[in-house]
Amino acid sequence: MVYKLASRKSVHFKLDKLKSKLAEIDGLEVSIGKLMGEEWKEPFGPTPCPSLTTLREWDLKLLKRYKPFYLPYCDVCCLCTMGKCDLTAGKRGACGLDICAQQSRIVLLASCIGAATHIGHARHLVEHLIEKYGRDSPIDIGKSVSVDIQAPVTRLVYGEKPETLGDLEEVLDYVEKQVTQLLASTATGQEGDKLDFESKVFHAGMIDQVGMEVADMAQISAYGFPKADPEAPLVEIGMGVIDTKKPVILVIGHNVPPSVEIIDYMDEAGHSDSVEVAGICCTSIDATRYNPRAKIVGPISWQLRFIRSGMADVIVVDEQCIRTDVLMEAKRTMTPVIATAEKNCLGLTNRTLDLADEIVADLVEGKASGALIFDPEKVGEVAVRTAMLLAPKRAKFKVIPETKDIIEGAGECAQCRFTPCMRACPNNLPIREAMELAAQGELEGLSNLYEACIGCGRCESACTNELPIHSYIIGASEKRIKEEKFKIRSGRGAIQDVEIRRVGGPIVLGEIPGVIALVGCANYPKGGNEVAEIAEEFAKRRFIVATSGCSAMSIGMYRDEDGRNLYEVYPGEFDAGGIVNVGSCVSNPHIAGAAIKIASIFAKRKLRGNYEEIADYTHNRVGAVGIAWGAITQKAASIASGFWRLGVPVIVGPHGSKYRRMLLGRKDHKEDWYVYDARTGDKVFVGPCPEHLFYAAETKEEAMVMAAKLCMRPNDTPKGRMIKLAHYIDLHKRFYKVMPDDLHLLVRTEADLPITMKDEVKKILAEKGWKENVIPDPTLLPRLIHVKEEKHDE
Amino acid sequence: MSSEPWQMGEIAGPKKALIITKPAAIVGMLKKAKRALMVVGHEISNYDFEEDSAVDYMIRIAETFKIPILATAHTVSEFVNRSCYPVWWMSALDIANRLQDREWEGLDGKGQYDLALFIGIPYYMEWTILSGLKHSAPNLKTISLDRYYQPHATWSFPNIKIDEWLTHMKEILGQIEAK
Repeated sequence: MVYKLASRKSVHFKLDKLKSKLAEIDGLEVSIGKLMGEEWKEPFGPTPCPSLTTLREWDLKLLKRYKPFYLPYCDVCCLCTMGKCDLTAGKRGACGLDICAQQSRIVLLASCIGAATHIGHARHLVEHLIEKYGRDSPIDIGKSVSVDIQAPVTRLVYGEKPETLGDLEEVLDYVEKQVTQLLASTATGQEGDKLDFESKVFHAGMIDQVGMEVADMAQISAYGFPKADPEAPLVEIGMGVIDTKKPVILVIGHNVPPSVEIIDYMDEAGHSDSVEVAGICCTSIDATRYNPRAKIVGPISWQLRFIRSGMADVIVVDEQCIRTDVLMEAKRTMTPVIATAEKNCLGLTNRTLDLADEIVADLVEGKASGALIFDPEKVGEVAVRTAMLLAPKRAKFKVIPETKDIIEGAGECAQCRFTPCMRACPNNLPIREAMELAAQGELEGLSNLYEACIGCGRCESACTNELPIHSYIIGASEKRIKEEKFKIRSGRGAIQDVEIRRVGGPIVLGEIPGVIALVGCANYPKGGNEVAEIAEEFAKRRFIVATSGCSAMSIGMYRDEDGRNLYEVYPGEFDAGGIVNVGSCVSNPHIAGAAIKIASIFAKRKLRGNYEEIADYTHNRVGAVGIAWGAITQKAASIASGFWRLGVPVIVGPHGSKYRRMLLGRKDHKEDWYVYDARTGDKVFVGPCPEHLFYAAETKEEAMVMAAKLCMRPNDTPKGRMIKLAHYIDLHKRFYKVMPDDLHLLVRTEADLPITMKDEVKKILAEKGWKENVIPDPTLLPRLIHVKEEKHDE
Repeated sequence: MSSEPWQMGEIAGPKKALIITKPAAIVGMLKKAKRALMVVGHEISNYDFEEDSAVDYMIRIAETFKIPILATAHTVSEFVNRSCYPVWWMSALDIANRLQDREWEGLDGKGQYDLALFIGIPYYMEWTILSGLKHSAPNLKTISLDRYYQPHATWSFPNIKIDEWLTHMKEILGQIEAK
């Protein structure tokens, strides 16, 4: 057997025969270090450890169908000293780049930032866990509950089956190298072709999926998070669930070790019931996965309102999605900040080597506004002791004004003619009118802004009278905030193999109409309820709804018309009608992994280093769609990119148009929608399925209609397509009040027609001159055609 | 003459929209255009008046100048029960993507458009779409009919109040004399 080197540290050689003066040797085989394939008998596919261009041909196939449509967010390039270069309408910059390639280049930069952030997080986490639990600590994300295929993304991309924390280091070596090479290609005078940039964007996304999977596998295994558990505990979420009679520690970010050590210290010191640990963003989800007693305040956008509420006695920040002015804001409420990550030092003094007693004393006495501590255990002790000593002194000092102060403050509003507050607001909220009402003693206008306010605080920066407008909105919403008491299912982690066996067939045949993955951040155009409404709509229709991160929180912070929480109504199983919270942002690969495992378990396709074939499978057969309704960050961009390379479409909200380019299909270009029939080699028209790969919807109604349509796949059986068409038509009629205009492109045979709509649809088909078509065994890859014939070409 | 974008951070580049100071200019452009299209987004419902709705005004302008209406998102639902005037529908991104394709044959199969009027798409989304068209559709002129300055359009109103906007619409329709 020939083994491939797993890393530069590994060496393996074999000599069949050696004759020398000293000896004659037969069959000598020497191994140093770990080798890929040692314990995993599955043969390698064609592309283990792909480099930047290994999957380029696959990317170009997708990009031929889903061409970039550029929405330049800036007309110039200012990345080198020859600029600024005006790239408007066909002009080229001093380096030769045009506006299209420049947009793709920026998208690649964003995806590299996103991938590097997750991979950097994974490295930090894995190193810490190895130090704590040892290199041989096993990877187990649910072996006892039927998760035999652990690490499906890593197996598919890297070609290795990691068994221990130490194995993960080697995977990270590979992905870090890829990100470095990708970043290098964005340098001035490097890559110049828009589609090659786009191919590299896909590569960044795929690499990002590996990095995230490594991070979540490590923390699930080492910390004992729920292991593929559909009944992961329901935990509390919302500002109203925080017990303010206790000292409160607020954790913000994504890297959970400091939170874990806080919880452990509380347990060891007997303070479990006397201190409250609550979090914002993904670190809070992961804290509840570690200990369901931890609480979640809310999504990323809850930072300013919670800090200013004064509820937190200590704030601990780790990495990612943290307001960069957290220290300044915390000073206002006399809340000390402990920073814990090298990537986010906040200008604080490094106290890692100082005695905990000294740090606590300085924070409690106000001699220091914060501390930088890189040792998570010390963070745990300092945070808990400081919170307990400081809480009585602070007495929950807040900067959210009382009603009379809001009314008085609003009276000072200049009612500026050109409304700088409203024009600074990402959602164009009618702040001036609300302030005018408030000045008259009516606070309803301000409290009505609460739902759609994303908590950015730009209104305050823009105010000519420097009024604390955001604090007024929060103060006016006090009653509502107190009632913010909800439940969210703590992240379950991976999808079980047995679940995949149960749903794989119905998904691929189309009988489960689709998997809707609601992921990403909280830059919602009209508030988080829209995410919950989308989740509820598709769960009712018995799609599988998967979710993670801030979107999972928004689903929890909603009640249906009967006042019920969606996580209590819909089960956490990966099955029709389930709402499946996989966990934090780094848990997203469990969703991609489910699609990959369908190809492996249901269709028996080989995983190992076999990316192109699996992506071809998911693209043509697995009706999955991602919706990142409030996507904000570069991380969200790279997460989406990872889904694109698998051929899975992603919808973003209207703010997502700022990502600078979409990947749009053209349903009016018939020639774009042919696949090979793997049975015959014939090219077969399959219609625009799925129509787009990356798409910004203007409204939630549009997103729902499009999501239902994007779940259609060429492989759908007539029964499956009938079900999918029925949902698409029903949603279209409900929101648009008209029948869809593209049914002739989506109906293949009369057997596809939804029974209750048959006559209506047949009439439309007749008007369009529709003709029946065959349903192929679809593939975009000629090498997968069973019967080799001359009729196909690349 | 220049203006500021409505959302203050949405600064455009060197080429910015010309400001429409007189609605008669729009009338002139509509008459001059060989093939014009009106694109209406869901925020059209934000233009509330005591009398008619903004949707009615758009229908009247379209009827007067014989131009097709294309409703984005779920906005077509606003039109279906109001008028027998034919309204097409397509997502904002799909129509933008087609408008930059010189080979596209239009909604009716009779050819690409040379003038597109936009209204009612969320400001920042319309901003990015108009930016895309500015760069990739050199043969297309765009007019923002919204009451906010859209720097990437070819022509745009400056930031104006709603009563001023309503007056402009009435002037376009010839219901009142231009000032």
